Formats: sequence, C-alpha cells, structure tokens
Amino acid sequence: MNVQFRSGAEPASSVGVKTAIADCDIHPARATATELYPYLAKRWHAHLETYGKHPYQGMMEGPPYPKAQPNASRRDAWPPDGGPQGSSLSFMQQQHLDPNNVALGVLCPLNTGQGIRNQDLSAALATAINDWQIDKWTSQDPRLKGSIVVANEDGPAAAAEIRKRAGDKNFVQVLLLSRNVEPLGQRRYWPIYEAAEEAGLPIGVHAFGFGGNPITASGWPSFYIEEMVGHSQCQQTALASIVLEGVFERHPKLKMVMIEAGFGWAPSLSWRLDKSWQRLKSEVPHVKRPPSEYIRDHIFWTTQPMEDPERRDHLFDVIDWVGWDKLLFATDYPHWDYDEPSRVLPAGVSDANREAFYLGNARKLYGLS
Amino acid sequence: MVRHVIAPVDELPPGTRKFLTIDARPIAVFNIKGEFFGLLNRCPHQGAALCEGPLIGLAQSSDPGEIEYTRLGEIIRCPWHGWEFDIRTGQSYCDPKRFRAKTYPANVEPGSSVVKGPYVAETIAVSVESDYVVVDL
Repeated sequence: MNVQFRSGAEPASSVGVKTAIADCDIHPARATATELYPYLAKRWHAHLETYGKHPYQGMMEGPPYPKAQPNASRRDAWPPDGGPQGSSLSFMQQQHLDPNNVALGVLCPLNTGQGIRNQDLSAALATAINDWQIDKWTSQDPRLKGSIVVANEDGPAAAAEIRKRAGDKNFVQVLLLSRNVEPLGQRRYWPIYEAAEEAGLPIGVHAFGFGGNPITASGWPSFYIEEMVGHSQCQQTALASIVLEGVFERHPKLKMVMIEAGFGWAPSLSWRLDKSWQRLKSEVPHVKRPPSEYIRDHIFWTTQPMEDPERRDHLFDVIDWVGWDKLLFATDYPHWDYDEPSRVLPAGVSDANREAFYLGNARKLYGLS
Repeated sequence: MVRHVIAPVDELPPGTRKFLTIDARPIAVFNIKGEFFGLLNRCPHQGAALCEGPLIGLAQSSDPGEIEYTRLGEIIRCPWHGWEFDIRTGQSYCDPKRFRAKTYPANVEPGSSVVKGPYVAETIAVSVESDYVVVDL
C-alpha cells in the first residue's frame, strides 16, 4: 500500500488513445506581447505602441464577449514556465501532443491582425505570424503544420501572402475567420480563393472574427453562451454566401474546412438551400448544381465541439449525410471547450471510419499521407 | 474500505487542498471551513483533473431576475468544461442523471485513535499528540 503525495496539481492526465490522431485545431499563443517584434518592421513596433490595433468591431481590445475561463483556456494549461496557455511548445508536447499521440497538429493562430482596419498593418502582422509559426512551432516539431494567416479584408495582399508561401511544407491551409466585414462569398475575398486553389491549399474557416457584425443575425445577445452557439449561425451564412456567389463554380478544385462551428446543421442548411434553389434558380444562374452538392463535394468539418445528441443514432444519421470521409478530428487545445480524444466518438464505429475520422481524412486533405 | 491517514491536520488548513495517489487512484482532499472532503480527481464527463478547478458557489434562480447564490465554496467547477459538482455528494448540476463525481469520506481522527488502527499510513509518522486527516476508500 503506497500513499504518494505531490505538492501541487499536475496537469490533467489524459486517457490517451492508442492510435495516432490528427488534431486539426490547435491554438498556439505568444508568450509575450512583443514576441512578434522580430518579424515586424521597426515602424510597426512604434505604430502598435502608439496607436494599437484598430479593429472593425466596436471594442478596441479583446473579444466582444467575456470567456468562461482565463484566455478561454483550460485551467490546467498554464505553462509552468510562465506565459499564457498554448505559448510553450515543450508544455504543449508534454500535456497534449505526446500523451494523445498527435501525429499531425494543425495550428490555427488567433488574434493575429485579421479584421483590423489598417490594411498595411494587417498584412504585416499576417506575414509576421506566419514567420513566427515556422520559427517557434513547425520547424521545432515536425508533427505541427501551420495555417497561412492573411489580411482577410485586403484580397490582393492576402493573395500575395498565399503565393509567397505556396509550396512551403510548413503550411497546410489558408486561415480565415467566419465573421468578416461581408459574407465570405463576396467578391472582395475572391483573390484569396483564387490564390489558394492555385497553391493547392484548402481554406480553413474558423469560428470568430472581428468584422464588426453581431454574432447573431438578429443583433447583439446578452450572454457568452449565445456567442458560443452563435458560431454555427455565422458559419452557415458564410457557407451559404460562398456557395451562392459561385465560389466553387469558379474554383472547382478548392476545398474548405469549417472549423469549430459544428456540423449538425449541415443537412438542414443544405435541404433549405436546395429547396429555395429549385424555386429561385433564375436569380443565381451561376449556381449550376443544387447547393448541397457543392457542400458535399468541397466542405470538410472539424469535430470539436463535437455534436452530442441524447441518442447516438442521431449523431450517426448526421454523419451519414455529411460523410465519414469529411470529418477531421480536433481538440481545440488549449481552449476550455477542448474535446478529449478518447471520449468523443461513441462505440459502434467501424475501424475504417474511426481511422478516417481521427487521422486518415486529415492526412488525405492536407496531402500528408 | 480501507482508512488512509493522509496528513496531520496542521498541513491542511482551511482553504487548501491536497492531491495524492492512493492505489493508483488520483485523489484530492479539501479543507473547506474546517470540514474535510475527499474526491476522485477525475471528471466523469471527459476525464479532466476535476479537483484542480475553482471552488465556487451555487447560482440558482427561481424566477428570471431572481438569483440566489448559496453554498459558497462547496461546488467544484471542472477546469476544462466548467461542469459543476457538489463536493458533499458528487452530484452534477449539469446532468445529474448520467454523471456523478466520486466522493470519499474524509474526517479528522485524533492521533491516539490513529496509532491503534486499522489505518494505512506508511508515509506518515503518527504521534498521539496530533490530529490527522483520514480518508476512506
């Protein structure tokens, strides 16, 4: 009989899954406010300290809604050496990548300079974040791959950044957020799609954004919980815009990943789009096929936060519609609504589907098989 | 059920908690205003280290606009997803039918009683002059 003491709390011990997984939504953070300075021209250091970042949204600093946990992160994810959650590679390896056997981790940096009004600064920050991803993360751990951050409201600058990074194996996708100045299918964003298709890179559309629009289509709600569920609304309007503006007609090889916005709504949105399209086809003649077909052919979905209906057969019904070949497992580490890999998928899934869900689909989409 | 002596009372003053592993089980013992509570340090939802979360109160509402905040410091909130559990009973306030945190009785025994046993306390030198926190599992 041994009674072992430890002086303080250790990080949570995950119930590790035995097989390797892909985590298609990891959020790396800067340890300090000036960590990006080596990648930014001196003029931007002075600019940031004098004027700051001026976003489209009404608030100068921080997100429009408070988060449930510090930095919206797991309370056990503070690196022991200091800095915010997600800012230490060694602690990320120790707490997440190693015990969960993450073979492929896709980085999605947030708070990067997307959605700020000064377009030159937005582009400079995007370039800096991309260089920082290589230096601090992808060159230090081959399991990690970056997302090309772009000045999302400046199509030509964004396209130039994508072309500059094309062929660079440190990156596996282009990163956009769901809430921009306009719905994502509109023409100001087309240069981004053209450059991504040309580079053979999928576009990841992550929930959140700083375009200045409310999280809901009916105005600003009162609670953080409304922002949390509002992400699926934003993602639906962004996706409907992308399909109805004809983005996939113009770019038949382009793939997109809906990140952290759920997938349970995919069938109902598609049914409604198809029904209206049958009646209103003459308004959008450039949409040549039923909208659901574009969605099935072009869209992938990250799983976190996983749909969790009372009856698991309802989950499987939705996945049957979406396709077992279209889901990409994600944890959202180090954020508080993290999904524990071993607890996400109910029993009764075939080995082939399980492997596709956890790793195979991601490797295929990101060209890493 | 085996009784484990886990610490002299002085080492666990009110407002503190102690983490330990007994029989490969991660346990935490809390001193809340002089009362002791033992809890399995694993959230029944997704397996996080539950006992690393903050101790909060219970916010309840009988009607919109009416909020009662009671049980201050007796509700443990999971460090991952914020699920709330009653530290006295392990009851979940999110999904009480499906989930319950595992609790273990913890209390204080005088050294005179502890030296007689039956207790398990290899790592602690027990003396009759002190009181000890004892957890049953």
